[in-house]
Amino acid sequence: METFVNLSYIAAAILFVFGIKMLGNASTARRGNTLSSIGMALAVIVTLLGQGLDYKLVLGGLAVGSAIGFVAAKRVQMTGMPELVALFNGFGGLASLLVGWAEYQRAASATLAELNLTAPVNTFTASVIVLAILIGGITFTGSIYAWGKLSGKLGGSALTFPGQKAFNALLALGIIATGVIFSVAPTAELAYPMLIAVIVLALLLGIFAVMPIGGGDMPVVISLLNSCSGLAACAAGFVITNNVLVVAGCLVGASGLILTVIMCKAMNRTLVNVLFSGFGSKTQAAGSQSTGELKPISAADAYYILEAAKNVIVIPGYGMAVAQAQHAVKELAELLENNDCEVRFAIHPVAGRMPGHMNVLLAEADVPYEQLVEMDDVNPTIEMVDVAIVIGANDVVNPAAADDPTSPIYGMPIIEAHKAKTTFCLKRGKGAGFSGLENALFTAPNSRMLYGDAKATVTGLVTQFKDS
Amino acid sequence: MELILLLFIFVLAAFLGFELIAKVPSQLHTPLMSGSNAISGITVVGAILAVNTSADSLSTWLGFAAIVLATINVVGGYMVTDRMLGMFKKKK
Repeated sequence: METFVNLSYIAAAILFVFGIKMLGNASTARRGNTLSSIGMALAVIVTLLGQGLDYKLVLGGLAVGSAIGFVAAKRVQMTGMPELVALFNGFGGLASLLVGWAEYQRAASATLAELNLTAPVNTFTASVIVLAILIGGITFTGSIYAWGKLSGKLGGSALTFPGQKAFNALLALGIIATGVIFSVAPTAELAYPMLIAVIVLALLLGIFAVMPIGGGDMPVVISLLNSCSGLAACAAGFVITNNVLVVAGCLVGASGLILTVIMCKAMNRTLVNVLFSGFGSKTQAAGSQSTGELKPISAADAYYILEAAKNVIVIPGYGMAVAQAQHAVKELAELLENNDCEVRFAIHPVAGRMPGHMNVLLAEADVPYEQLVEMDDVNPTIEMVDVAIVIGANDVVNPAAADDPTSPIYGMPIIEAHKAKTTFCLKRGKGAGFSGLENALFTAPNSRMLYGDAKATVTGLVTQFKDS
Repeated sequence: MELILLLFIFVLAAFLGFELIAKVPSQLHTPLMSGSNAISGITVVGAILAVNTSADSLSTWLGFAAIVLATINVVGGYMVTDRMLGMFKKKK
């Protein structure tokens, strides 16, 4: 029986590997996801064959969890995707924390009943319990905090306070100290309070670690937390010496880390810089102030310029997601094409709030994949572009990244919208963007501002086209 | 010995994970992330094993909560990923 279960775990691990591999290619991605879900189902089913399970609770738990997951996944709007992924991720982390805790509790209660011959907690097990709880706890509260930021329930900008780094360092030291005391003598009387302390401190650290990270850096944070939830599952695997947890958790941890590094490279920053710089907070100097004047334009005038344009690029950002403007944008693009104009969508790697966010939204609106171009392909020919329409993007088109060494985002590759013949900037108001930085693009001589909700603005342009 | 073997598996799986995601088009970053997020719900296996009739009630209930949470992660994660990938597919 034991052998059968383990062989099935190997099969599940193979399915996970192929699943992840196939997720990396557009034509096989959906089948890859199905394969990996079959692997998961297999792992769960053979686990149910185990001895002495409390089936009422196990099946009940599976049913409740499935129902909640099912409803959440069916109901979510595509624009709400980053929040939901963050939330799911947090649950995964908390589950790993609880698994670690439950295993210790089981062993501890067996010790009290003097049945500990079968379940001793040695230093190694104790230290991986600490790891599962630590990583799982940080993942949980970090993801929940990220969820709050993404869904607008908590302020989006970075929050910093004096001595924040010292405070976080203190939290980390506290975790190390309590973790070590617990691991060295996991059967001592002091051990249980120490474990609870680790749990509380880890939960706190998750909150305070994500707090100083601004909304613009969320793609990196989400990706890193995803990696962490994998590592937490992996640590839980060491706790209960279960190979499939170790393999699957480690695969997720490693691939998530790679994705995180890709995100950081797209911003030309290091992971350390993203996590600890307090980037985009109010207390940080926001580079040199731009002095130019914002030049608003009416929808009617914008229409005349667009009507004459032969080459248009659309640069979407988080603002398009917030306004749910993707369908209106698609309609505008079609009208422009019928008007004998070439339309392309320029996607910056970190536009939006999670990796590939814009691609998902434009796919939902049925924008053909061929129309999407990456930053490096669009920049060399951007001078030929008649109109660049910036829809709710800010940092990814901020020329300060290229020419202002005092700007915090100096060195980040951008889509050079300021070099287009004309630039329309769709923006809700005159304030600084999500990241809190001034953007010289908006005051550039060839820039025109279209204020208002992005969806309303684009719909207005569409109406102009249809009426003429 | 078993722990050494597990560590061995861990190291190999880490390298495999790094290799698998070498070149992924940015279009697929979101599905890849939410798909692998669903896999991290594998901790549900550990949670099931914790809900054992021989365990005391606190660890049983901790395990039960872990089952619910991890299953939300697994089921929700796979379904959301499938929905996203379905959108990518239909326009071909």
